[in-house]
Amino acid sequence: MARIASAIASRLVIIVPYAWLLFFFLIPFFIVFRISLSQTAIAMPPYTPVFDLAGGLSGILEGMREFSVDNYVWLTEDVLYFNAYVSSLFIAAVSTFLTFLIGYPIAYGMAQAPRSIRPTLLMLVILPFWTSFLIRVYAWIAILKPEGLLNQFLITIGVIDQPLIILNTNWAIYIGIVYSYLPFMVLPIYSALEKMDHTLTEAAQDLGCTPITAFWRVTFPLSLAGVVAGCLLVFIPAVGEFVIPDLLGGSETLMIGKTLWNEFNSNRDWPVSSAVATILLLILVLPIVYFQNVQAKADSEGR
Amino acid sequence: MAKWSRFNIVSVVLGFGFLYLPIVLLVIFSFNESKLVTVWAGFSTRWYAQLWHNQSLLDAAWVTIRVALLSATCATVLGTLAALALVRYTRFRGRVLFSGMVYAPLVMPEVITGLSLLLLFVAVGLDRGFWTITLAHITFTMCFVAVVVQSRLLSFDQSIEEAALDLGATPVRTFFAITLPVIAPAVFSGWVLAFTLSLDDLVISSFTTGPGATTLPMKIYSQVRLGVTPEINAICTILIGVVALGVLVASIVTKRRELQRERDERAAFAAIG
Repeated sequence: MARIASAIASRLVIIVPYAWLLFFFLIPFFIVFRISLSQTAIAMPPYTPVFDLAGGLSGILEGMREFSVDNYVWLTEDVLYFNAYVSSLFIAAVSTFLTFLIGYPIAYGMAQAPRSIRPTLLMLVILPFWTSFLIRVYAWIAILKPEGLLNQFLITIGVIDQPLIILNTNWAIYIGIVYSYLPFMVLPIYSALEKMDHTLTEAAQDLGCTPITAFWRVTFPLSLAGVVAGCLLVFIPAVGEFVIPDLLGGSETLMIGKTLWNEFNSNRDWPVSSAVATILLLILVLPIVYFQNVQAKADSEGR
Repeated sequence: MAKWSRFNIVSVVLGFGFLYLPIVLLVIFSFNESKLVTVWAGFSTRWYAQLWHNQSLLDAAWVTIRVALLSATCATVLGTLAALALVRYTRFRGRVLFSGMVYAPLVMPEVITGLSLLLLFVAVGLDRGFWTITLAHITFTMCFVAVVVQSRLLSFDQSIEEAALDLGATPVRTFFAITLPVIAPAVFSGWVLAFTLSLDDLVISSFTTGPGATTLPMKIYSQVRLGVTPEINAICTILIGVVALGVLVASIVTKRRELQRERDERAAFAAIG
């Protein structure tokens, strides 16, 4: 009896989270895809045909005949959407690179720190991640404004005499993304560097490498797994970022997350926003699958 | 051990300065007397006092806390189960899909998650509001819990579980008597992480909400769009304070438990020897 109960329990361990994720994570994507093929209507919910399983298989087939690719045609016809996708990818790529440039020295410095203070440093990197994303982005508005703290500071020390216009430009978005996603870059690089065997760089230097060559030929290649994980953790969400371009970017900044949000909340066009989301997902499928492989590999190594 | 060079110290200090300066400035200017957030005009707590009279803000805070408590608790149970499934059952049908569904939400842009959940709720005819936000939050935070608990389970010494099983304990009993106490700190920090993620989510909440359920981030967002005010700085400071306190308590509890465990282990070895 107890054995049967245990067998059921061990099944439930898998089935409960599996079913939850299937229902709340995977199935919704199919619904998004389905609605992206339907027509906009002035109704609630604002699209036709309505998801209806009551008609059985024939009802589903009937509904499928009404599918249309109009929304996708519409997306290709309007150059605005194409530009939004391209500029999202561009902004995300630039920000990811900048985050890497800033994050790597921090992670490296942390990994070289005395062992006793490393847990504290780690905690200090994680802590901002626990404070609100919205608040951290908001904090930059007061800093980057033309009459904001950064310009006041730079004018006081005499570097500039005219305030720099940063807020509502792409630079503000870069700063916002680098700032918000920095812990995501630092943590995987740090954990890769921390695991590294220091005798390797010493050996390289004993064999005549300068510290810089030893870094590029030994340390950096060994930390590459962390770099890849960090870049994906920054790049993928940054492509679909909404809050940062909305609060820090200007009106001419095109990012697809913002386009989708406006399409949905202002235009109330659910089918078009579903089509926008479907294409965004298709663009991101490759990096996401790659990320999962990196992650799964890291897990099996930890075993 | 190589010594900590000046270059390394400078990059760490600059990096942390970059991470913390904006938050520190925000907190400082929440105590500013003036209505301008960028010009200092003396210390004052008037913006905090004003918050207590803002009923709609307090309502939003209450909704947010309820959603966060409920969703973090459910997400912790589901996430812990997911972590156990990933670590303990290395082969079952559909494992690749399962691990994919655990990792993908970590990087999925929030606009996609939000939109897809909303369309699901509409399709099944669920009334949008408190419950739909909670369900949405459980879904995206459980994956973070799973990753946190999973990393603890991977470094877990399975032989003590095997010992319990050999001594006749059922797997369920073994889990509650042996596994859960050992992974408890990770489960707890997973809960805190889920709680804070739920507390400050804007995008997914905005998509899945309905009439009458406004969360604090939604309230903050709609005010931020109108401009920076010291009142928002004050709310943000309170939120930061709550989170910092939560993290502090979590790390003290974890530390205590670890020390306790070490003591127990030493006592056990002393008893054997």
